[in-house]
Amino acid sequence: MTPAAPKRGRRWCQWYFPGRCGTVDHVSEPEVVRHDTRLDRYVDHYAARTHGMRASAVRALFSVANRPEVVSLAGGMPNIADLPLDVVGEAIRDLVLEHGVQAMQYGSGQGEPRIREHICEVMALEGIDAHPDDVTITVGSQQGLDLVTRIFCDPGDVIVAEAPSYVGALGTFASYQTRVVHVTMDDDGIDPDALRAAVESSRRGGGRPKFLYTIPNFNNPSGISQSLERRRRIIDVCRELDLLIVEDNPYGLLRLEGDPLPALRAMDAEQVIYLGSFSKTFAPGFRVGWVLAPHAVREKLVLAQESATLCPPVFSQMAVSTYLERHDWRAQIEAFKDMYRARRDAMLEALREYMPPGTTWTTPGGGFFVWVTLPDGLDAQAMLPRAVSARVAFTPGTAFYADGFGSRNMRLSFCYPTPERIREGVRRLAEVVNREYEVNRTFGIGSQQSPHHGTDVSGAPGPDQS
Amino acid sequence: MSTSPTALAPVVVLAGGLSHERDVSLRSGRRVAIALRQAGHEVIEQDVTADLVAMLTARPGVVVFPLLHGGVGEDGALREVLALLGVRFVGSRAEACRLAFDKSVATPLVRLAGVTTPEQVALPHDMFRELGAASLVRALGERIGFPMMVKPARSGSSLGAGKVDDLEALPAAMVGAFAYGTTAVVERFVVGSEVAVTVIDTPDGPSALPPVEIVPISGVYDYASRYTAGDTRFITPARLDDQISDACRRAALTAGRTLGLRDIYRIDLIVDEHGTPTFLEANVAPGMTETSSTPLAIEASGRDLGKVCSTLVQLAAAR
Repeated sequence: MTPAAPKRGRRWCQWYFPGRCGTVDHVSEPEVVRHDTRLDRYVDHYAARTHGMRASAVRALFSVANRPEVVSLAGGMPNIADLPLDVVGEAIRDLVLEHGVQAMQYGSGQGEPRIREHICEVMALEGIDAHPDDVTITVGSQQGLDLVTRIFCDPGDVIVAEAPSYVGALGTFASYQTRVVHVTMDDDGIDPDALRAAVESSRRGGGRPKFLYTIPNFNNPSGISQSLERRRRIIDVCRELDLLIVEDNPYGLLRLEGDPLPALRAMDAEQVIYLGSFSKTFAPGFRVGWVLAPHAVREKLVLAQESATLCPPVFSQMAVSTYLERHDWRAQIEAFKDMYRARRDAMLEALREYMPPGTTWTTPGGGFFVWVTLPDGLDAQAMLPRAVSARVAFTPGTAFYADGFGSRNMRLSFCYPTPERIREGVRRLAEVVNREYEVNRTFGIGSQQSPHHGTDVSGAPGPDQS
Repeated sequence: MSTSPTALAPVVVLAGGLSHERDVSLRSGRRVAIALRQAGHEVIEQDVTADLVAMLTARPGVVVFPLLHGGVGEDGALREVLALLGVRFVGSRAEACRLAFDKSVATPLVRLAGVTTPEQVALPHDMFRELGAASLVRALGERIGFPMMVKPARSGSSLGAGKVDDLEALPAAMVGAFAYGTTAVVERFVVGSEVAVTVIDTPDGPSALPPVEIVPISGVYDYASRYTAGDTRFITPARLDDQISDACRRAALTAGRTLGLRDIYRIDLIVDEHGTPTFLEANVAPGMTETSSTPLAIEASGRDLGKVCSTLVQLAAAR
């Protein structure tokens, strides 16, 4: 059973590494008691929903994307370098000196009344007529999504979402052990007939669809927006089906051409729960978002919020309020739009210039993202390591589907790098795509489906990794 | 330049880099840095950046402990630079790294030294392009048989590697391997227990630590199994007869000696049903994370990680 001592090898290697071939083998150690470990003594104690939380090679790649050598088209970090830091600094100084005792104290579980009034002013820009009593403050709109899912969904419940949809939402839905059913989109957003068919089919099969999750403006990741007419039809279908709508609207005010379209919530106050955020119009670090919900839902949300956090951070809420009162925030949003427009245009132009034939992409009217579809047979996720070696990063499309689709897609973000860097990033990416295209052609690989992974929310970068 | 025998040399722990194993490298680096500090060394943690050379040349007498995984960290490139600058470092020299990193080179060398290796075919992408992929793919299937492993020839981790069960799945696996480099190796799949043997140099010569048996709960030791605590069982020493365990350690020492490795390295083996250890690959920068086998082997041999690292640093300082 034991292989013979490798005498031949010793002789052979002597010419190769003289001096290292005569060393004595030390193979006899005092053996200790056998140790069997999974390196996590609590591994058998976790909840069922924890088992999906695993390390991911794709996610690990994004730690390279943070390096300055790499052009990251992967993250979704807003560019807040142009914020008036002197104004913010002064406002926060005064906040501490004049209202510090209140700002650093516990507050209301629903959130501070002053910022809830401000939020109603912000929402009015998209046609929403709301009362501050119906607003619940959350730790970013992400926590709003968590609370809404928590109060509506049992394990196994169905959530209907656009295909593709926001990876952070898919992660939240997975953590509550729900099942996501995707509905296709066209250039005007989610297809109402497909929506009806999906809900009816799910119900026939014994499923319990709890709500439609939708990003009507500049969907993350596709950049697609619902037209006004489409919004009306979606609301009609959902009313007929008695299906609640959860409207996630972080990018609505970043419409690069023309005025904002009315929110779904502006058209129906009973059928729609609305999620809002200051992360893209001011700054994400304060973690202030909100949920606007019908009265009864709002009561549940406040109770859920008290269980989760006691109260959302009072200091952050007062800081945002002070900023809104002292600064021309509407003009600031206009400045942001000018900056993002230049970046979007740089990306679209570079895509036209560098990408191989057969590649298509969306032309977003706002938001942060362009959705690229690669020529048949290319696998975006398999291409990511090669892209990182070429010093460019993107987010593979599979991250935005709960069902393993999206292998031919990639999400490119134009929010954070400068127009010059975006151009360079797209150029590097196109080289990788071209090479990959060639390898595929060598092996005659045309159309093939990617394996179904289930929800792989680890396929996207963390929020700080741009 | 030389440090006095009793003084502990200052250490630069090199971790990070731009490979896809950056994250793992940072975790390894952090762990070794902490262990070396506890052992009394002055430690600087450093990434591979444009100011690395200036930083090293400004600190004569420093010893570099490279914990870079993948790419320039394992293929010898960075160690060549260290040698060029006259900086002492822990671990194998560049020429040995070049041999070990490339599976299409290391496997035949280790086989020549008498260690069992899987049957292997190594082919660059160009051959498929120029001669037509279909016939070569078919020939691979006939020669190696299924199941087989397809891997990038030069890669430090499991990325790009895949088990292929039939001819139909082979082209996609080849494409997957070529995503990580220009040459792919195709090997017969060896069924058996996966075992990792860490070898460390001691003042008395190289010492093979107790083999660590790796049992992924999912059945596949992929990235997620490697780096998610709880997803893999590590059994130390491996559940092998003493004879077979010794054979594994001897195979590891032979492989290391053949490739010219030194200081600290890990040899991955599969022990088949007959108890024969088969060489899979050599790692010149073994992972030192919380979910890596090398620290477990060090612990199982009754040693302390900090002391082992410190000894290696002092050995390097005295070179």
